[in-house]
Amino acid sequence: MSRHRRPLAGVAVLAGALLLAAGCGSGFNSGSPTSDQQSGPADLQIMIASSGDAETAAVKRAAASWATSSGNKATVIPAQNIDQQLGQAFAGSKPPDVFYLDAAKVADYASVGALWAYGSRLTDADDFYPTLRKAFTYQGTLYCAPKDFSTLGLEINTAMWSRAGLTDADIPTTWDQLRTVAQTLKNKGMLPLAVSPTHDRLDAFLAQAGGQIVNTSGKPVADTPQNLRGLQYVQGLLKDGLLAYSSSLDTGWGGEAFGKAKAVMTIEGNWIDGAMKSDYPNVQYRIAPLPAGPAGAATLEFTQCWGISAKSQHHTQALAFVDAMTAVPQQLAFAKAFGVIPSRQSAQATYVKDFPADKAFLAGAPHGVGPVNAPKVDSVLSDYDSQLTQLATTDPKSILQRLQSNLAAALGS
Amino acid sequence: MATPVLTAAAGPAPAASRRGRRRARRRESLAGLLFVSPAILMLVLFLLVPILMAFWVSLTKWTGQGSPFTPGVPFAGGSNYADLFVRNGLERTDFMTSVRNILYYVLLVVPLQTALALGLALVVNRRRMVGRTFFRTAFYFPSVTSSVAISIVFLFMFTGGGAINAVLSVFGIRGPAWFSDADGIVHLLLSRLGLHTPPAALTSHGLLGLSWWEWLSGPSVAMCAIIALVVWTTSGTFMLMFLAALQDIPAEVVESSMLDGASRRQRLRYVILPMLRPTMFLVLTLGLIGSWQVFDQIFVMSKGGPDKTTLSPAYVSYTTGFADQNFPAAAAMAFVLFAIIVLMTLAQRRLLRERRSS
Repeated sequence: MSRHRRPLAGVAVLAGALLLAAGCGSGFNSGSPTSDQQSGPADLQIMIASSGDAETAAVKRAAASWATSSGNKATVIPAQNIDQQLGQAFAGSKPPDVFYLDAAKVADYASVGALWAYGSRLTDADDFYPTLRKAFTYQGTLYCAPKDFSTLGLEINTAMWSRAGLTDADIPTTWDQLRTVAQTLKNKGMLPLAVSPTHDRLDAFLAQAGGQIVNTSGKPVADTPQNLRGLQYVQGLLKDGLLAYSSSLDTGWGGEAFGKAKAVMTIEGNWIDGAMKSDYPNVQYRIAPLPAGPAGAATLEFTQCWGISAKSQHHTQALAFVDAMTAVPQQLAFAKAFGVIPSRQSAQATYVKDFPADKAFLAGAPHGVGPVNAPKVDSVLSDYDSQLTQLATTDPKSILQRLQSNLAAALGS
Repeated sequence: MATPVLTAAAGPAPAASRRGRRRARRRESLAGLLFVSPAILMLVLFLLVPILMAFWVSLTKWTGQGSPFTPGVPFAGGSNYADLFVRNGLERTDFMTSVRNILYYVLLVVPLQTALALGLALVVNRRRMVGRTFFRTAFYFPSVTSSVAISIVFLFMFTGGGAINAVLSVFGIRGPAWFSDADGIVHLLLSRLGLHTPPAALTSHGLLGLSWWEWLSGPSVAMCAIIALVVWTTSGTFMLMFLAALQDIPAEVVESSMLDGASRRQRLRYVILPMLRPTMFLVLTLGLIGSWQVFDQIFVMSKGGPDKTTLSPAYVSYTTGFADQNFPAAAAMAFVLFAIIVLMTLAQRRLLRERRSS
């Protein structure tokens, strides 16, 4: 008897489930991309991907003081995994009003209409470094205000440097000099250079050779003679034992290999200062701009912006908040609290005075290259990364061809 | 075994009482349904409905903005599934690489963890054993510890200058840099045998975006470290299951086999193992399902690297969804994984059943 009833019960459960699914469907907010705007005091939700307690505390303090002076409320939510949390929030139609957005993700969010493009309404937008504005511009529109930025520099262990008989005059400014100096260091039995095996470091060499991955109009241009020249230079250093990947030295990143004195030089950004101070306080080092390649000086730039969601009902208030956060005095306060470089050019003079050691990082600002500015390329770039780990034994040309065809497929061109 | 007398007594009953009995039974089953309805409601609400919603997402080109159940979301049919199998591209290569990795992973993890669990259970089931409770707890301990904590400890143990390599160096073996070694062990074995360049027949032909040479790589050195970790952590739980089954075996059965002169090995082979078959099926099935779904160890330890040799389908699905924001493709991968697991479980069930009938 019960055997007969079972399929029927199954059908009933399935039907019920379908009904429920339909019900849940209508339970979502199905609002239009830009929702009705509300004026007056707002309760802004601000999601940040904090680098640590210092940053969280500083942003909370700044948000609270903005809230009291403007008569709004501001709740700062530090995210554990901002990609995942933002993805869930946008899918659930309840995104935070304001959030940190990495330059590598801007195209992803802009292309699906998740961002409110407020660039044209910003106070004194031209004061932001042009390279940063470019990083947050997608298809001709500036989407959000750069929060701060970092660039790559060449860190040099001064004790090892002088032990090898080198002086400040030997600090390399060109590819040829880097090679010569590296050979000297190698002859003294030291490993000259340790770098993390990722495109976020090695693409600097491509840029110095005049190459790009995706051009300004969003077309993939990975397979070019310039890029090939950059990769060949890196491959040459690898093969001659002048450069080693941090992973092959049993370390997690270039900074760790550098801090443990496994190499004389590394290529990292200004975040290395904090890591050295806390983990390797006894290592003395100095920072130089990256050596220039055949196409001149270039460095990679990493930056985040204050994204405002298109669905937020408090665009005016959110814009006022962002203006307050990107004002020069506030940015200098952030710089003091957690070591970032202000995104406004008018803050440069004061910043250099306060942080003379970071001058080399700031020197990179005029020729900084932002991350690949195109949607849905994350898996392509991680495939590129896994190819780069095999660079010593792989033909650079085939790496670039593979990158080119994957990019073309992802960008649909 | 009902006696004829009893059947006769229960046989021809008056029609009225039969109807009454039927009504009682119906009321009983109604009450039963009422009692299980909260559980069913929970299952439907939190399991069946989300699964159906995810299935719908896998049939669309939803961008992750707002609800996927609005009319504006474009319907894609089976194209997300087709991308995984037919269209030549990174998505297919990544997914197939993860399937290859996890095939080798399952092939090693499931037999090893089952054998280890059975062995441990047989050891701690001995009546005359000093510190039995201590060992039972000790073997079970890895299973109740957070997998993230264990993964991080293993990361330290398996670093190039870590504990594992220190032990290996005592025996004169130079250990690899475990988590940055992408070489497959089959490839390594072949090159040990003198085959340094892969035969062109294997590299120029392939299946689903990977060449035969890539399919036949074997698990990478990094994957082997993860396999060791998983076998060690999961065998405790399965040991408990075997232990419970072992204690259910009646002592008389074992004793009578001893009287019949069965040796210890014969007792295990012909008495104990056959009686453990239901538990064996349970352990193999749970092991199989758990292995195909491996995620947290990969997420914590390797993020799919080196050279994608530790990508797992669950991890690829996660990154496709949350890094590439391609939720429909991610959902499609999850359903393909689901289909693979169902097929594997059915196949395994058939295998065990056939043996039972013979």
